[in-house]
Amino acid sequence: MPLLEVKDLQVRVEEREILHGLSLTVNKGEVHAIMGPNGSGKSTLSHVIAGKPGYEVTGGQILFNGEDLLEMEPDERAAKGVFLAFQYPVEIPGVATMTFLRTALNAQRKARGESEYSTPNFLKKVRDVAASLNIPQDMLRRGINVGFSGGEKKRNEVLQMALFEPSLCILDEMDSGLDIDALRVAADGVNALRSPDRAMVVITHYQRLLNYIVPDFVHVMSKGRVVKSGNKDLALELEASGYAQFEEA
Amino acid sequence: MAAVQETVDRVRQIDVDQYRYGFETIIESEKAPKGLSEDTIRFISAKKNEPEWMLEWRLEAYRRWLTMQEPTWARVDYPKIDYQDLYYYAAPKPKKEISSLDEIDPEILKTYEKLGIPLREVEALEGVVRPEGERKVAVDAVFDSVSVATTFQEELKKAGVIFMPISHAIQQHPELVKQYLGSVVPTSDNFFATLNSAVFSDGSFVYVPPGVRCPMELSTYFRINERNTGQFERTLIIADKGSYVSYLEGCTAPQRDENQLHAAVVELVALDDAEIKYSTVQNWYPGNSEGKGGIYNFVTKRGDCRGAHSKISWTQVETGSAITWKYPSCILRGDNSRGEFYSIAISNGYQQVDSGTKMLHLGKNTTSRIISKGIAAGKSQNTYRGLVTAHRKAANARNFTACDSLLIGDKCGAHTVPYIEAKNTSALFEHEATTSKISEDVLFYCVQRGLSQEEAVGLVVNGFVRDVLQQLPMEFAVEAQKLISISLEGSVG
Repeated sequence: MPLLEVKDLQVRVEEREILHGLSLTVNKGEVHAIMGPNGSGKSTLSHVIAGKPGYEVTGGQILFNGEDLLEMEPDERAAKGVFLAFQYPVEIPGVATMTFLRTALNAQRKARGESEYSTPNFLKKVRDVAASLNIPQDMLRRGINVGFSGGEKKRNEVLQMALFEPSLCILDEMDSGLDIDALRVAADGVNALRSPDRAMVVITHYQRLLNYIVPDFVHVMSKGRVVKSGNKDLALELEASGYAQFEEA
Repeated sequence: MAAVQETVDRVRQIDVDQYRYGFETIIESEKAPKGLSEDTIRFISAKKNEPEWMLEWRLEAYRRWLTMQEPTWARVDYPKIDYQDLYYYAAPKPKKEISSLDEIDPEILKTYEKLGIPLREVEALEGVVRPEGERKVAVDAVFDSVSVATTFQEELKKAGVIFMPISHAIQQHPELVKQYLGSVVPTSDNFFATLNSAVFSDGSFVYVPPGVRCPMELSTYFRINERNTGQFERTLIIADKGSYVSYLEGCTAPQRDENQLHAAVVELVALDDAEIKYSTVQNWYPGNSEGKGGIYNFVTKRGDCRGAHSKISWTQVETGSAITWKYPSCILRGDNSRGEFYSIAISNGYQQVDSGTKMLHLGKNTTSRIISKGIAAGKSQNTYRGLVTAHRKAANARNFTACDSLLIGDKCGAHTVPYIEAKNTSALFEHEATTSKISEDVLFYCVQRGLSQEEAVGLVVNGFVRDVLQQLPMEFAVEAQKLISISLEGSVG
């Protein structure tokens, strides 16, 4: 059974159709890149999979491990293993990063009927993961994302991904706003999480990111549909020829 | 009849409301005749066995009250209160004169047990080992109009601290009461304070002698139980030179369909180098989800930093009451004195809050700090109203004010009404205000990480109020945090 199956998905935002019958199949262990020009519906796809309010699904379905994802609340989807790394992670003043991580992890575990982490075990786990991502302890004590640099925000997303151990990771424009060094650190973090039990969907506008996170499959989106699929060479091809060839399609 | 009433009340409580303290205690009580007159005041005074000067003080206040108008400037809206349709005194019927906790009506003790208030000092007497770090709290419990029990008397006595019902203080320490009662909030102060002066029945009295650091937190727990009864408590705290005291107050009431009046007065006096820290967790019944019932909370709280280098700090967590009208204030009279006000005011449903503070800088080099966090949800209205003034002689007065409001949903309102007056050029006042809404993006971020909508709101709100929560004594901070989550249940559509 595929991990994620998007079948003929049609989505509207305020009466305007954004996705016009999009299909995508992702198996465990695979890394898929979704590329496309601005406004092609890439971010909409990631939001609809994660369950962001404001989108109306008018047709098609999304199955996750064979279950109907669209029937679930966003927090249920998270507990089932859907993780979205945000393009613009939000700031929450007064809520220490450590507190947030712990509350979220325990909420997910509780939803799955697992026991909550004890404090020492939790702290050890966070410290280990943070160290591997070059995240200083001081950052964990600060309000979540408050005053973080662009690179720190993205590393904080990767930290959560490592901590929650989701089976599907969607990375929405992870490279936006990052310089090359910051990008490398974040990408290394993501690569360390590649595993036969986990799939990733990497959404990006630029080919650059895919030099660091090398995909198994590349899909090109245009006007709310996947218009071409291929292997990693397709990304290089796009880099050379641009998206214009798909715009008329 | 009682059984029928009980059934009616039970049914009433099967409601969408989350108020945890809405139960009623069935005990016999003794009430003053309904309505307000000189006779009512004589009745109360006689009940308390008061000296003549006290009765005169009350009557003078009553005569003054008759000439006063109910204030209308606050941003609150309620039907006219019929002051003749209330009971001004209700007391649990005493079997006999109470001399120890064992003689208190077990029903009352049970009530406080349900509320989680540790009234019994048995533990301490029997030397029960407490977990490390847990501090002792001496409790005075006020049930309707009378104080039912004050714990840890002996231990406090050793330190020289007087902590007793004010009705007892009038008998046992008349010189202190005469000197300080009404010296911060005069009987003529305002409509509700004047009413309180006429009819107050009990409350707490604290005196900390010079140089003494009160060995434990002092706490008063107020409970309105009777129907159609106003609660008018009066609290007076005096910190003599170089002393320190931390005082907590908590309040709850049963769920009732009719509104009940609570008009308290709290006076604090800090002499040279003394410090008073006063914390409140106000959780009176807020009314149901349709806005029916709930407490009208019209309270006058004022502290007088009378001595040089004295300090008074108010911290309040206001989650209850249908209407809150409350401005804990500081008169910064002594040179170099300091006033602080930390407030979290949460309104949900149809609650109306008009609360804030006054910092009156009279002395030189006086400083004050105001941190106010207002959270409005449901169809509620939440107003911060504050006054900061510097007197001509208050050279180098400093104030910093930060008022933040958070809106949950789009049917509530948050308002900030600051008044600032500086009568000398060396005063420096800073005022910051923000209003924000919990954004969809923040909520979605949290739920994407596995939190439910309500957990997400709770987390964001707790982050918002964090710097104020930190001002509360530990035991209260945890309780307050839980209370904040409960108050906001059902606020996310």
